[in-house]
Amino acid sequence: MSLDRKQCRAVFSVVERAARARGVPDVELIIGGGSEALTRFANNTIHQNVSERGHHASIRVLTNQRTARVSTNRLDYDSITAAVDQAIEIARSLDADPELLPLVDASEIEQSNRHVPTTASSTPEDRARKVAEAIHIVESHSQIAAGIYSVEDSLEALFNSRGVDCYHTETLSRFSITAMAADSSGWAKAAAPDIELFDPIQLARIAARKAQQSANPREIEPGRYTVILEPAAVLDLVGQIFGDFSATALTDQRSFLNDRLGELLFSPTIHIEDDVRHPLQCGAPFDGEGVPRRKLTLVESGVPREVAYCRSAALKAGVDPTGHGYPIPNESGESPGNIVIRGGNQTLEQLIASTERGVLVTRLWYIREVDPYEKIMTGMTRDGTFLIERGEIVGGLRNFRFNQSVIELLRNVEAMTKEERASGEEAFDMVVPAMKVHDFNFTEVTRF
Amino acid sequence: MRDIAANALDRALRPGVTYADVRTGDSRERQLATKNGQIAGISSTESRGVGIRVIADGCWGFAATDDLSPNGLETCASLAVAIARASALAKKHAVRLAPEDPYTDTWVSPSQIDPFTIPIDQQVALLLTADAEMRKNPGVTMSETGLVFSRTHQVFASSIGSVIDQTRTWSGGGIAAHCFKGDEIQKRSYPNSFGGQYQLRGWELIEELDLIAHAPRVAEEAVALHSADQCPEGEFNLILESSQLGLQIHESIGHPIELDRVLGSEANYAGMSFLTLDQLNTLKYGSGIVNVVCDARPQHGPGLGTFAYDDEGVPARCIDVIREGTFRGYMTSRESAITIGESRSNGTMRADGWNRLPLIRMTNVSLMPGEQSLAEVFDVDHGIYMETNKSWSIDDKRYNFQFGCEIGWEIRNGKRVRMLKNPTYSGISTEFWNACDAIADARHWTLWGVPNCGKGQPEQVMGTGHGASPSRFRKIKVGTGYAG
Repeated sequence: MSLDRKQCRAVFSVVERAARARGVPDVELIIGGGSEALTRFANNTIHQNVSERGHHASIRVLTNQRTARVSTNRLDYDSITAAVDQAIEIARSLDADPELLPLVDASEIEQSNRHVPTTASSTPEDRARKVAEAIHIVESHSQIAAGIYSVEDSLEALFNSRGVDCYHTETLSRFSITAMAADSSGWAKAAAPDIELFDPIQLARIAARKAQQSANPREIEPGRYTVILEPAAVLDLVGQIFGDFSATALTDQRSFLNDRLGELLFSPTIHIEDDVRHPLQCGAPFDGEGVPRRKLTLVESGVPREVAYCRSAALKAGVDPTGHGYPIPNESGESPGNIVIRGGNQTLEQLIASTERGVLVTRLWYIREVDPYEKIMTGMTRDGTFLIERGEIVGGLRNFRFNQSVIELLRNVEAMTKEERASGEEAFDMVVPAMKVHDFNFTEVTRF
Repeated sequence: MRDIAANALDRALRPGVTYADVRTGDSRERQLATKNGQIAGISSTESRGVGIRVIADGCWGFAATDDLSPNGLETCASLAVAIARASALAKKHAVRLAPEDPYTDTWVSPSQIDPFTIPIDQQVALLLTADAEMRKNPGVTMSETGLVFSRTHQVFASSIGSVIDQTRTWSGGGIAAHCFKGDEIQKRSYPNSFGGQYQLRGWELIEELDLIAHAPRVAEEAVALHSADQCPEGEFNLILESSQLGLQIHESIGHPIELDRVLGSEANYAGMSFLTLDQLNTLKYGSGIVNVVCDARPQHGPGLGTFAYDDEGVPARCIDVIREGTFRGYMTSRESAITIGESRSNGTMRADGWNRLPLIRMTNVSLMPGEQSLAEVFDVDHGIYMETNKSWSIDDKRYNFQFGCEIGWEIRNGKRVRMLKNPTYSGISTEFWNACDAIADARHWTLWGVPNCGKGQPEQVMGTGHGASPSRFRKIKVGTGYAG
């Protein structure tokens, strides 16, 4: 159970009183936390099963153009007062920063209802029974199951002494399953605020089918292939570029969009938005400074258009902040976090049927940046890599290493499915389609 | 905290519970950062709580809370037991633990200067000076510096009678210069990328790093990389500087020897391992000069993996991982050791906080020094030397890896002849270590800290230690990252 708005306000009143008593009227409080329970299974049994409850208060003071932040997970009067004192002491020890902005004023924020009581009240027994069913599906294919089933009940709240009073709570459930056969594996994952919006049993069937279909994997030469990336693979790879859609990253000259904003960079079919209010998205409708999140058109018809602005970047650029700032002080400024990539009108089966020779990729793994300006990423395929010939899946493949520019990938998109909420492991959840791309660059093959 | 641990343990020991342990944690962290001559972050974080782990009905349950009141401890203990009983709904076998002795002990990691006693304005002044030194070079387009200090006091108490009180303090710091020009972004870091060097030490580490003195060179190299030639593709004699080799050890030896990975516990996320049980004592993991240990004992050095007892109350040990090239040992826990017929755990269970379940984690996994001088390691007709990690990736069974470094040099007849930009190399773990033919001696050995090792669900981030000295590898594939 998370703290409610009234309990959070009570903590803020302690912060305000403690700061005023030290002659500091400008304070900000961020409260986060809640509970998370996660049931983990492997070798067809539950082997780890955990629950965690906690909250943290992060206090920022501003005094004479100086600021500092102190965080604690102890919300009692004495601990909060001590944290305020410590923040003031740190801030006063620093030199003045003439560019430091005052606290933001309050503005109207449209709430999002993403807290589902039936998800929050899920019990360890509920999860264990569903996991046992999912394991049974995989076992019935003579395979071994591993995965997680989790539920979070969390809050984000931000208050400041200029009247900002933001509070957001949401639930999030995740189910992920790997099915392992003798020389192959399959994987499926889903996440949503409502535990009823996905079916772990259906995901277990998908993972088992992929493990079965990819048995006896063959090895083919690395090289450039037409590749169909399922949605989880798309988000994990394309998700690596969105930190660069940041005004601060552009100013720092660490963004691949330096000298490229406004140019046709990708296929004209690519349209990407950041939209916290999209019905398949999650997250709070305000940022780490208390600014309402605004919808951004990051890419329009293949052209990078808008970037996120925190308050200080917006002031320097003479524009309004977009509501994507990190809590101050920070090094990175801002970034979008609610990505929606507009899809097409094909089904995954149609993408496969239209492919003369290519590779179907379920999932990618250990993606890291090789080149920050060309956005060359390296990583591996994993848990379901298939050869397509004459429009059909003809069998499993040994996994590839890729070295692929994401800019080039988005330029080489041939077709897409309709977008859906997808969940991977290398980037945050997004709303993305599956993509068929030509000339995807596989550089090596591993041993399995 | 001892009273809270005892109270929590009492509440966990209820009918049907066959084992319980409790960890209370009280941690403090200070982070400071600058960017482009401005303070980019000053923060201080404190956290206190308790985690309770039980075996009931033959299954594990774990619950953690920041509510340390009697009611909070009671609720947490009840939940841990309820979770264990729910786990029994999908039980295949009852958990068994390798035996361990009870210990009552107190240990404090040694440090000369408590970093929390150094005034923040003094720490900020150091960073701003180093930042300014880098920005004296007009080619630098972004400068970054940072310091981080952490102290955790933990009390472990278990139903076998252990009460272990440990306090660990670690420090870290580093600088980086970026240069954007044309269609490239280049970067140099000191003393390592990803924030620098981290050790289980105090402020004395930061003084030794002498960040200000290295700032001009870091800036100069970041700018010079734009004029350097692209690293060629092909097979080369490869010489790695010790921090890059530390990460190579981490990825291609450290993770594969985690027995929970081998047994499938991490299959859904971090993956498994090529080191199947039949490979123990038989696999030729490296050449005859390759000796690797996993050593958590203080005498190994002040690594991020140094402690007196692990988070199951097992004393720190030194394990032979590779002895003269042959694979000799996994990292184990009390539960996993027994599944491979070992009589005791070798003490590698670690949690990243009071709120998380201990997992098998690297302690200090180190390549022991060789016998060559640095000149002998560089003594090749033709080769490539690489320094400071830029990218790292390895498959989920730890066979195929690819690394990129910030800077390289072509070596001719033992001498650096030209700077190379964008160097990358790749290979298969066992083939790579079998190609090792020179390891520099103890004078060049450094115990590096990796502060950001991820594993587990929910993911835990752990600090690990890796000792290494510059080493040479024959016929390694270079340039893959930019191939095709």
